[in-house]
Amino acid sequence: MSRRSSTYYRNVIRKAKIRTMIGYIIVYSVLCIPLVPIVMMYGWLVIQAFSGRPVTWLIPNQPTLRNWYFLSGPIMKGGTVLYSNFWQLVGNTLLLALGTTGLVVIASSLAGYVISRFDFKGRDPLLKSVVVFHSLPGVLFLIALMYLLNYLGIYGKGFLTLLTVILIKAGLETPMYTWMLKGFFDSVPWELEWAALVDGCTRFQAWRRVVLPMIFPGIAAVSVFAFLSGWGEYLLVYVYITQKEYYTLSVALSDLTFEFLFIDYGMLAAFSLFYMIPAVIFFILTQKYLMTMRIIAYKG
Amino acid sequence: MGSLGSLERYFEAIMSYLAPLKSALAYLLLILGTLLRKLLGILRRYGRFIFIAFFLSPFLVSLILVYAVPSALCALMSLTDMGLKFEFTWCRPLWRNYEVIFSGADPRIEEVTYVTILYVGATLLINAGYALILGVFTAYMVKNETLATTIRLLWFLPRMTPVVIYALLWLWFADPHVGPLTIISRWIGLGEVSWILDRPYSQILMIIVNGYVGASWGMVIFASAVRTIPLELFYAAKVDGASDFQVITKIIIPLLKWPILFVTAWQTLSLIGSYVQILTIWNGFAYVSGTEVWSLYSFHKAFEAYEFGYSASLAIVMVIISLGLVALYFKIFGFRRMLEPSRIEV
Repeated sequence: MSRRSSTYYRNVIRKAKIRTMIGYIIVYSVLCIPLVPIVMMYGWLVIQAFSGRPVTWLIPNQPTLRNWYFLSGPIMKGGTVLYSNFWQLVGNTLLLALGTTGLVVIASSLAGYVISRFDFKGRDPLLKSVVVFHSLPGVLFLIALMYLLNYLGIYGKGFLTLLTVILIKAGLETPMYTWMLKGFFDSVPWELEWAALVDGCTRFQAWRRVVLPMIFPGIAAVSVFAFLSGWGEYLLVYVYITQKEYYTLSVALSDLTFEFLFIDYGMLAAFSLFYMIPAVIFFILTQKYLMTMRIIAYKG
Repeated sequence: MGSLGSLERYFEAIMSYLAPLKSALAYLLLILGTLLRKLLGILRRYGRFIFIAFFLSPFLVSLILVYAVPSALCALMSLTDMGLKFEFTWCRPLWRNYEVIFSGADPRIEEVTYVTILYVGATLLINAGYALILGVFTAYMVKNETLATTIRLLWFLPRMTPVVIYALLWLWFADPHVGPLTIISRWIGLGEVSWILDRPYSQILMIIVNGYVGASWGMVIFASAVRTIPLELFYAAKVDGASDFQVITKIIIPLLKWPILFVTAWQTLSLIGSYVQILTIWNGFAYVSGTEVWSLYSFHKAFEAYEFGYSASLAIVMVIISLGLVALYFKIFGFRRMLEPSRIEV
């Protein structure tokens, strides 16, 4: 009797173990199998950037550094110069990304504070309008701003257009990041400001000296997101900027993709790898935030 | 002596001339002082208002100039037949563009509508459905925290990548000569198919490409929602003999009701308006390969055909749908809950 029951229990345990194993296999295959193409693609990007011939299964093919020629010379196709200076593209992209970041951080840290702390007339409609505007399709703004830029004589004016694109980009991003920073301001206790005000600070000083340093993580996160968003911006530059000297890396890369697709994957991969660097750096630096932060109304 | 007396007289004369001026100066100072005091009073009284106005102004300016004015302008543009010359000539009748859209006079509308519904519906299954599985599994089933974070980070990669690079990666992946996708589909007996040009493969690819970008957002929200469930619930279920599968279907999923609704709601909105990935991969081939969604059609009408009036009316149709959805969501969620996804009500 006792023997039978011990084999019985052993069987039960074995069955349970098998069931757990199957469970684990299902869980990990659901999580990881779809990641195989993604990992392959990014792996390919690295390997192709240093290979002279097209790569399929992540096996380096004729290792070379020639793909990186664009760092020190013009990008050519069959004798015609497509882009004479790569570093100018980098400069334009940096300008767009940094300009957007600066404007967004200033605007959203000012407005986020007021929205978090003051109960003024029109606060609720304002918040609702942000949600409503954010839910509208992006192409709407692209079309209307095209008319506005043309009306104001800014369309196709080189550097001036680039500066306008920075303003537009910052304007488009500001509401979302204001919302994000409002959350951070909400988490700073009221008492700290009271103490500062009682000690003779003005409201501005209380904001600048007491509250702002406390939400530094929030400001850092907003800066990183705004920078990456500006760094990756494609549509605004593609639509509004007509001169090649004021292109950013994204538009140049999409342009080159259609010039060199099937012909020179090596250069495209090297170009992309260079373009990825800031994203990767920030990705590693901010991964903790990325996972814990609730990004409100972040569209994707 | 006489000269001194005359000097004195001069001085007196000058002073008598200046006398009214002096009093005027005194009055001026008095007025200025009062004004200043008034101003200070105003500042003290309306200081709060001025402070708020100053702090809000950059935000308000951006909201008005980049969001409000263009929205209104686009609504007006949709009533014109604006072309490359950017002239505001009203349509006759005013709603002619809309008539063209809804009467079927534009032969592409039917196809575009079908593709949009397919795109939004199918991608939503990934962005909300698969994201739910990912979020629950990484938060509940994978016990090793480092492993869970790594998996989530890998899922986040497509979202962090600049969209043009992401497009290049897929163009390589589906390359007709060296692309792994083409080679694999040859192995499994699909023959020579182009995943970019041939339907339905191009449409499947469109859904997958956007699914990878969208899934991570829902995943993060679901994972953080699962974390807020009190552990006692899991312990109690386990003590009562529930399996992991039962814990997920009987405890976690019912508790995630609001986050699920939230993610579905926002993803629907964002999918209706999204087209950048499709634009960058199918540049110029979108219509022939069946991946021209409504947003992209509006974009093409504006910036390739230069029919700004018509493209504005296409955009406004989407706006009306979006606004209807937002109104519905406000009704379902209430304002506060609409913006706070991970609140679990136990």
